[in-house]
Amino acid sequence: MEEERTHIISALVLHKPGVLQRVAGLFTRRGFNIDSITVGTSEKEGMARMTIISRGDDKVLEQITKQLNKLIDVIKVRDLEHETTVKRELCLIKVHSPTEKIRSEVIQYAGIFRGRIIDVSSETLTIEITGDSDKIDTLIDLVRGFGIKEIARTGPTAMSRGIKTM
Amino acid sequence: MKGGQAIIKSLTDAGVEVVFGYPGGVLLPLYDVIYDSNLRHILVRHEQCAAHAADGYARASGEVGVCIGTSGPGATNLVTGIATAYMDSSPILALAGQVPSHLIGNDAFQEVDTLGITMPITKHSFQPMKAKEIPGMIKSSFYIASTGRPGPVVIDLPKDVQEEEFEPEKNIKIELPGYKPTKKGHPLQIKKAAKLIINSKKPVILAGGGVILSESSLELLKLSETIGAPVTNTLLGKGSFPEDHELSLGMLGMHGRKTANFLVDECDCLIAVGCRFSDRTTGNVDEFAKNAKIIHIDIDPAEIGKNIEVDVPIVGDAKIVLRDLLDMIIKYKSNITTDEWVNHVKEFKNACIPRMTYNDVPLKPQTVIKEIFDTLEDDTIVTTDVGQNQMWMAHYFTSKHPRTFLSSGGLGTMGFGFPAAMGAKVAKPETDVVAVCGDGGFLMVCQDLATIKEYDIPIVICILDNRRLGMVAQWQKLFYDKRMSHTHLGEVPDFVMLAESFGVNAERLERPGDIKDCLSNALKSGEPTLLDIIIDPEEILPMVPPGCGLTELVGEYKVERENLEEITYHEKSQEKVGD
Repeated sequence: MEEERTHIISALVLHKPGVLQRVAGLFTRRGFNIDSITVGTSEKEGMARMTIISRGDDKVLEQITKQLNKLIDVIKVRDLEHETTVKRELCLIKVHSPTEKIRSEVIQYAGIFRGRIIDVSSETLTIEITGDSDKIDTLIDLVRGFGIKEIARTGPTAMSRGIKTM
Repeated sequence: MKGGQAIIKSLTDAGVEVVFGYPGGVLLPLYDVIYDSNLRHILVRHEQCAAHAADGYARASGEVGVCIGTSGPGATNLVTGIATAYMDSSPILALAGQVPSHLIGNDAFQEVDTLGITMPITKHSFQPMKAKEIPGMIKSSFYIASTGRPGPVVIDLPKDVQEEEFEPEKNIKIELPGYKPTKKGHPLQIKKAAKLIINSKKPVILAGGGVILSESSLELLKLSETIGAPVTNTLLGKGSFPEDHELSLGMLGMHGRKTANFLVDECDCLIAVGCRFSDRTTGNVDEFAKNAKIIHIDIDPAEIGKNIEVDVPIVGDAKIVLRDLLDMIIKYKSNITTDEWVNHVKEFKNACIPRMTYNDVPLKPQTVIKEIFDTLEDDTIVTTDVGQNQMWMAHYFTSKHPRTFLSSGGLGTMGFGFPAAMGAKVAKPETDVVAVCGDGGFLMVCQDLATIKEYDIPIVICILDNRRLGMVAQWQKLFYDKRMSHTHLGEVPDFVMLAESFGVNAERLERPGDIKDCLSNALKSGEPTLLDIIIDPEEILPMVPPGCGLTELVGEYKVERENLEEITYHEKSQEKVGD
């Protein structure tokens, strides 16, 4: 059994109804795993870019890319190398912060992680933070003690460093 | 022009002459156009048969077969046929009706998510929301279905789109930026393969359905004869290489011929062409061709390395790759000596010709297959159902030409044989078509006797009647302690009376020697005929239990000439039970 790794798969797809279902359905049917999937418009008109984080050994990854390539609506697929890829995720955290003391602590933590406070109520603060998944995990752990009301994460989106494009 | 008219015009422009369908509420606009058109529409009696008939049409002719079903239950009835075509890479176009676009998602009457349901079993699918999209989508569908690795395409047609007026464009362009099937194999890979083949002493070729789809039988024959490699085939590869050729080994796999299973085990180089190494073909993958370097030629890159590891993969169209490969081999070495291996193959083949001659009553299925084979012309198209009837045919019947043996391999769909034969006969009216079915499978689709009668489609249906779900019963006998749970089908119906109630000629046959005259008369009569052939329900087919290597046969492999030295094979314990 080969070693299981986390892979960052970037796919350029036609931006039209049903494409996400085709991709997600393929993963389910073939027993591939999806940690996260993000989709949005790309630099090309009528095309969207998907970033899929998946785990598996090299053989599984080869099947994933080949099967994705077989989908008619998929234009290009690449397995991005961790070392040469920038990867960012957006996360919103609503923290229970009923007292001034807690609010000030939360704001400090957010600051250290270059997060921003984007909403305040008498009971809560909402932090916006961008970064790689480890950094976000660390901040979540730090504020967990205050009581987390809600978390919304986008999952990572990614692209190669430098002039290389796909 | 209305959407419905555009559908029919696009089909006609694509060269379609016949469609198999069943109307319904949301298809009224389309069927209203069909009423006036020159397109031949065959009204089946169940949508599943429309899909299988389109599939049979495609397999027999190489052209895209077209079927039509209405929304909801019409579409879900097509599903089995679409999945069958998908698993066997058969090019069909399924047109499904859909509720009007403003009702989609409201759980309207006869609404079902056809696109969602068929997504995993189609090569691609479309749903026009404007009538003007129809011509491009239909043109693209034919292109997608018939090129690369062929497969089914579904178009989901909302009722209002069929009715919508639009101004058609002159030039219909296919815009599929994400679809570029590879045709030519990589020269370096071909070079590697050529070297491997030249240096091998004991090469074997494994021919799959891809040889038939790419129409490369001639190239295959040349390669085989040049390098002295015997050819075994998968179920779908049956007919890709003439099985009466001295280098043919017959089918490989769970129910394969002994020659094929043992020589693949022995070979030092396996050249697999257009096959996907299904579990039924390979047996235990760790044991499969364990002495061989494997070359795998396939047009679908995803098949390479999916089920087994290969040494030299070549992605491309089998016809082009085989041609290039042969050129390369000849370039390296013009005279290849093959006598030693070829003689060994011939000797081994001769020692295990499967026995087919029996005088027993009830009839042995082997005898039935032999009599059917002896009666038919070489170009006769035979279809099979699924189960013992299929494996008996695959094992004992000698196919000589591509597109003459049609069977549901991947999905294993009971009920395929009869409607597929119907479709094949419509595609090839001048060719004899015989469906060899089991009684169980035939009963699943028997209502379409009405179709062959009404449209005068003169096929002959041979039912191998053992009143059993024979294959399941065989497994119960071998692996489940003879506990025959729900595999006896009882005494009804009387298949002769059943056929006659549809106005179809029928006869019951029970004795050796009966088949030849009846079958040949039936074919000459030019009328649809059913032959109810009573066979021995106890007969078992030698097999490789799941999880075992291909040489670990269970059951006695009876050879034709008793005086020949019995070749030993391992009796495997019957503990292993799998799927």
